[in-house]
Amino acid sequence: MNAEQPVLKTSHLGIAFRGLKAVNDFNIEIGKSELFGLIGPNGAGKTTVFNLLTGVYRPTEGAFFLNGEKMNDKKTHQIVQAGIARTFQNIRLFKKMTALENVKVAMNMELTYSLCPAILRLPSYWKQESEIDGKARELLSLVNLGDKADVVAQNLPYGQQRRLEIARALATGMKLLLLDEPAAGMNPTETEELLEIINVIRKKLDISVLLIEHDMSLVMKICEKIQVIDYGETIAFGKPDEIANNSKVIEAYLGKDNE
Amino acid sequence: MGKLKDKRWTYSINFIAICLLFITITAIFNSGVLGIRTTYIKGIATTACYTIIVVASLNLLTGFMGEFSLGHAGFMSVGAYSSAIVTNMLSDKGIPDILLFIIALLVGGLAAALTGVLVGIPTLRLRGDYLAIVTIAFAEIVRVTFCNLEITGGGRTMSGITKLSDFSWCFWAMVICITCMYMYVRSRFGRTVVAIREDYIAAAASGINVTFYKVLTFTISAFFAGIGGAMYAHYMTAMIPTNFNFSYSAELLTEVIIGGTGSLTGSIIGAAFLSSLPEVMRQFANYRMLVYSVVLLFVMIFKPSGIFGTYEFSLTGIFSKLFRKIKRRRFIR
Repeated sequence: MNAEQPVLKTSHLGIAFRGLKAVNDFNIEIGKSELFGLIGPNGAGKTTVFNLLTGVYRPTEGAFFLNGEKMNDKKTHQIVQAGIARTFQNIRLFKKMTALENVKVAMNMELTYSLCPAILRLPSYWKQESEIDGKARELLSLVNLGDKADVVAQNLPYGQQRRLEIARALATGMKLLLLDEPAAGMNPTETEELLEIINVIRKKLDISVLLIEHDMSLVMKICEKIQVIDYGETIAFGKPDEIANNSKVIEAYLGKDNE
Repeated sequence: MGKLKDKRWTYSINFIAICLLFITITAIFNSGVLGIRTTYIKGIATTACYTIIVVASLNLLTGFMGEFSLGHAGFMSVGAYSSAIVTNMLSDKGIPDILLFIIALLVGGLAAALTGVLVGIPTLRLRGDYLAIVTIAFAEIVRVTFCNLEITGGGRTMSGITKLSDFSWCFWAMVICITCMYMYVRSRFGRTVVAIREDYIAAAASGINVTFYKVLTFTISAFFAGIGGAMYAHYMTAMIPTNFNFSYSAELLTEVIIGGTGSLTGSIIGAAFLSSLPEVMRQFANYRMLVYSVVLLFVMIFKPSGIFGTYEFSLTGIFSKLFRKIKRRRFIR
């Protein structure tokens, strides 16, 4: 481990819904520009972890820190502003807005002009708007959607909608990107393209990624570290090849060997 | 980036077009073509002006933010009464009429905006149809309060309000209000508001303070409704709290929906048409609501997004479309 402070650190993070411990004693430490995989069988609590990290749920136990700052009691938008952005398992785009507008919405916090300059169209409006226009287009071309800027989001094919969601998350200027099953429902070529994009954005933007994924080959291929959870408990942690041979993991996914 | 800058001359061309429209209308009124009916038609045009403002302000909520307000007449009422009270106090102070008119509009708008904040903060945290129910209740509370206050005439007609709403003043006030709303919608504020309508969870996950922008938009909507109310008061010069009842709110909402939810142009056309309709068809006045409901029914069946949908009319937009078509035709040949 390097001496650098981890981007995300959780300590004994947990949430209980009336006694049902959906996530319990969850510890994770993600370093700068690390690609971390979070896997587990269905209903293991992976998305709940994401919801905890983005302020959708309030943790009932433990705490989590972004760059050393405690984020427990912050609201979703404050957490995003602090630097954690996410995508959704079932795509949540602003369907009737164009791809470009989708990205621009997430850049709202970069825009500081207030009501008066907006209504009177003062120079600050033009300056900031044209600035983010350029940035948004750059982000779109980063996820290979450069030519789709003016297409309404709901008319984009499935794989492109997923990529647009990533672009939107990137637009928030985050330090940690949470990807919730980005390859779900994609065909092999689309998955391949997605892999490439994830690698490119990591190199270019120098961000950390926490990835939930069911596609094992994808996880094994790109993740540097993997954490496995089942029934809300961490059952394994390590490098991809260690995980692949871990008996507990195999048991969780395939069931116990009945003798 | 050039694309954004080009809009500046678009604005000026559309502004010149509005000036021309104004000149034409006043020329018609002054030329005496309409003969004896001039004052009457001028009155209808003034009515249309404030209705347009109120309907457009309601469209900010319904069309752009996706929240229903069934009590917009309540905000109008607040604006109307507060401005009337203020101008009554100031009327003998020797303030020029135009200044008094501006003061009246601002007072009406600010009073309504204040009530908008008070209603908005607790209710906009709720989701779904709650806002519609709360706004109905709000409008009723306002009506009953004004019916029982001495200063508002206590249920009787409040009359003797200075007549300030002249057609040309109202027209320009309307142009300014609509421009403000349009600029609001086409800025970062409008973008976030539409995003919240589309998916509030994703909007929050994009770093948007959902409640803040909702309350802000609600307040702005109330502000313009208040301005509309102030114009109403100073045009009618007499009013009674029951003018702003539930059916008036519903009528405003009808105009929004027929015109097109999410299109300010639609609101302008819808409001102008539907507010002049009852005057034109005086002899069928009893059937007005019937016609409304039939029209609404047909709109809902054949074009649920309203006549204009989310389309905004713009002269330069039409020109550029025409040119593109001509170019394409040449290319094909």
